[in-house]
Amino acid sequence: MAQEKDRLICVTCPMGCALEVTHEGPALVEVSGHACRRGIEYARAELADPRRMVATTVRVRGGLHPLVPVGTAAPFPKGRIMELMALLREVELEAPVRAGQVVLADALGTGVDILASRSMPAAD
Amino acid sequence: MQTYDVVIIGAGVVGCMVARALSRYDLSVLLIEKEADVGAGTSSANTAIVHAGYDPMPGTLKAALNVAGNRMWDTLAAELDFAFERRGDYVVAVEPEEVPRLELLRQQGIANGVTGLAMLSGEELRRREPLVNPRACAALWASTSGICDPFAAVLAAAENAVTNGVTLMLETAFEGFHMEGRRIAGVRTSRGSLRCRWVVNAAGLYADEVMHKAGVRPDFAITPRRGEYYVLDRAQLPLRSVLFPVPTDVSKGILVTATVHGNPIVGPNARDVAGKEDRSATREGLEEVWQGAERLVPSLDPRSIIGLFAGLRAAGNARCLTPGVDYGHDFVVEIAEGVHGLVNLAGIESPGLTAAPAIAERVVELLRDAGEPLREKRSWNPIRRARPRFRDLLPEQQAELVRRDPLYGRIVCRCEMVTEGEIVAEIHAPIPARTYDALKRRTWLGTGRCQGGFDTPRVLAILARELGISPVQVTKKGPGSEFLSRPTKDTDWSGTGPERAGHRVGGG
Amino acid sequence: MRRSYDVIVVGSGPGGMAAAVAAKKNGARDVLVIERDVEPGGILLQCIHHGFGVETLRQDLTGPAYAQRFVDEALSLGVDVMVDAMVLRITPSRHLWVTSARSGLVELEARAIVLAMGCRERTRAQIRIPGSRPAGVYTAGTAQRLVNVEGYMPGRRFVILGSGDIGMIMARRLTLEGARVERVLEIMPYLTGLTRNYVQCLLDYGVPLQLSHTVGRILGDRRVEAVEAVQVDERWRPVPGTGELIPCDTLLLSVGLIPENELSRQAGVALDPATGGPYVDEGFGTSVPGIFAAGNVVHVYDLVDWVTEAGYVAGRSAARFALGDQVQGAASVGLRAGENVRYVVPQRLNPESLADGPQRLQLRVVRPIEGRARVQVADGDSLIAEQRLRYARPGEMVTVTLPPSAYDRVRQAKALVVCVTEA
Repeated sequence: MAQEKDRLICVTCPMGCALEVTHEGPALVEVSGHACRRGIEYARAELADPRRMVATTVRVRGGLHPLVPVGTAAPFPKGRIMELMALLREVELEAPVRAGQVVLADALGTGVDILASRSMPAAD
Repeated sequence: MQTYDVVIIGAGVVGCMVARALSRYDLSVLLIEKEADVGAGTSSANTAIVHAGYDPMPGTLKAALNVAGNRMWDTLAAELDFAFERRGDYVVAVEPEEVPRLELLRQQGIANGVTGLAMLSGEELRRREPLVNPRACAALWASTSGICDPFAAVLAAAENAVTNGVTLMLETAFEGFHMEGRRIAGVRTSRGSLRCRWVVNAAGLYADEVMHKAGVRPDFAITPRRGEYYVLDRAQLPLRSVLFPVPTDVSKGILVTATVHGNPIVGPNARDVAGKEDRSATREGLEEVWQGAERLVPSLDPRSIIGLFAGLRAAGNARCLTPGVDYGHDFVVEIAEGVHGLVNLAGIESPGLTAAPAIAERVVELLRDAGEPLREKRSWNPIRRARPRFRDLLPEQQAELVRRDPLYGRIVCRCEMVTEGEIVAEIHAPIPARTYDALKRRTWLGTGRCQGGFDTPRVLAILARELGISPVQVTKKGPGSEFLSRPTKDTDWSGTGPERAGHRVGGG
Repeated sequence: MRRSYDVIVVGSGPGGMAAAVAAKKNGARDVLVIERDVEPGGILLQCIHHGFGVETLRQDLTGPAYAQRFVDEALSLGVDVMVDAMVLRITPSRHLWVTSARSGLVELEARAIVLAMGCRERTRAQIRIPGSRPAGVYTAGTAQRLVNVEGYMPGRRFVILGSGDIGMIMARRLTLEGARVERVLEIMPYLTGLTRNYVQCLLDYGVPLQLSHTVGRILGDRRVEAVEAVQVDERWRPVPGTGELIPCDTLLLSVGLIPENELSRQAGVALDPATGGPYVDEGFGTSVPGIFAAGNVVHVYDLVDWVTEAGYVAGRSAARFALGDQVQGAASVGLRAGENVRYVVPQRLNPESLADGPQRLQLRVVRPIEGRARVQVADGDSLIAEQRLRYARPGEMVTVTLPPSAYDRVRQAKALVVCVTEA
């Protein structure tokens, strides 16, 4: 496979090093521009399997508010975030909701659970 | 077809004052307004000053109605229960060469019948208003001018008219006349036709178009003249009275005043514009306003700006009818010639707010002179009571109000201290506030430092609840100005596309 | 309901809740938190994204999860919380007038008060954007509340002014919910928010960022129809001929935050024009004895972690004052912003506090330094503390610690001047 060059910005810490990466598909060949070792790890992961923490809301019936915030329990495959959003758009919970409650287990077969970020008491 | 004795076109301050004046008599009166609320046009963006009357040229209708109107405001404010304070104003001469102009203004005021005028030294002026430009060398003091809550004045007049039997139709645009020969037999509106014997043209910026549809005054034209303003934080500028510069030919100049809630206002400039709905502020205009205001009060701090707006004056081109008075921008207050049944109230630019109650009385006289019997209704009640304003009450009164209705205990607008109780009361008032801006004009919510940042979501929810509509149907100022597009979790949104629009004007 | 408390905290955001927790833990018998919303937690409740707690809790929490942790702790310690209530006025003698639909208008009394009202957003008028006044102009935080809490989208096609964190986070949030974000405009020649947000909110979703650009005017009579993007010169003035109309129905403003201090001013608390918040000492005491301040009401923080830390300090100080064992020591030393420093908090420091432990100074720089930098605390020519930085950016606070070993030099200092320069 041919080698390609790309630019990434490391977000492991607020410094935000501008990385120049050489890679063969998902495999890192070389990286420069990093101020510390964590930049290498970031580049490797970002090329092989980019993931993000995802936070959104789902509907809740009978709650203090009409939505309850939820988030992924672990970083989620970046390329499938819109798919996850569409799925969560269909979810509706019943109040009360507990903080940490599993809203959706093993979302899209990724092994990542979706958890309620907060409790949502029932409306008075 | 519905039949009325009188149809008034336009529910601005003039139309509403006329409606109230006519509501005293045994007439069926309809007030129509194209916008979603009364006072939503020129009356929604002005300086809120009740002028003393030294400014208009003697002999003009402007001068006569200004001075007559000014004298009516104490009774008006007492009967209709809105804020009005005679704080007086100063015309400030910053340069020595401006001083002779002050004396001319004083003479003009005396000729117009204005009382309470006095010349002051720069020293005396600075003693009274320490923030004024230290270079100021003299001032004309006019004790009879005042400031008012202009939105409340319009609303109160309309409300009093409605409770005395006037019918108000909002979102109803005038489209044309039904004529029987040269007699007006009715009007066509966006909501259908109506029969009537009289039409009062109080259409403000559109008064020329109404006249032309009746075939009168073909040369009369309204040129919208924009004025831009800044509103400042009340904590920043303690001023007692209104400060004017020495006036120019087209305008009283950029002045420094305050709302009845204490927020200083600076402006307006004066620019003729093409569009009758073009209330957009410009960078250059706002810059001009700031420089003009700094000339009067050099210590103004741009960081204290909390609001900006622009208004349009309905400036006309009618010649003054008094022999020997050469003036080309006078008010038109007349029964139209060449057609039966039309009263024209046009070219009502400044001092239109001041003059409005006097204009309304003049309309009564015109109708009487035209042979209308005008029998006074025994049931007529000139008194209208304002609904409670939490922020204006003493703590004991506030506590009592909350005891009576707990919604008065919930503050929805922090900066202007407006409660949910007040909002709900305005939504269910004789003239219901059905839009955000209508609530804003009635309660002043959203006019403070955060400009609605805190209250907006709450007010949208309250409006939706009280009107029995969805929050996505709540508007800022009528159809087309909805706040929200859809529920966040609506599943039938039109998806995001990769294409990105945008075209360039100019280079760069 | 009690009428008198040891400590009353105004606001239940992270600063207020931390203050309440610390006040309780430091011996205050009765502590009341007053919150204007229907539940405690503050603005964090609408900040549903991750990134909270990384510095101090070593966990990557969402805003609501972060808030919940402190609300739960406060409630378990027996802190009283009064929600849906607004403080109307505070007197220098620490009386508070509070109104709510549930309890009516009541007068309360506190031995110590912690101000934790947070901040408000700068508005269109404050940055003087010309144009019309249609529906569809929102501050980013108001839009965030509508989308995340109320459950409504404020528009379909957005332009966002300001590359601060709230603006970028809203760009992602709106995109995820199906709206189109046409562009983010930033008047400064550099990003003002965190790089992480640039990558994960803008780059990830292909939202264009345009630096050195602002909104020249707003178009549309009833609803926004377009905004004009315009390039600015080095003094932030629009460059003629660079206008570009971007059709959109909504403009979001993420153009800065202002500490919310109307109550403080009424209470006679002296405010620092540089921060917009009260002048405070190292214990977050204000100029009025017994009135303390915590969090964004003092100055706008970059990370919630620091707000919580400040809340702990203020709460502890308030409890000590309420219990009558406040330290009356030597005169304070003033801290002043020197080269490339916009402000320093606290603005005065009692040298005796160094006997308790190191004291943290927090500051913001005026201009960015990309590369090695150093922060120095000096009294005239005499250097009192120095710290190395990998970089310094206006969007991120700089923290420098005065060690207990600086006690003698601080005690003798006339004033401490803080500078941030290239190393």
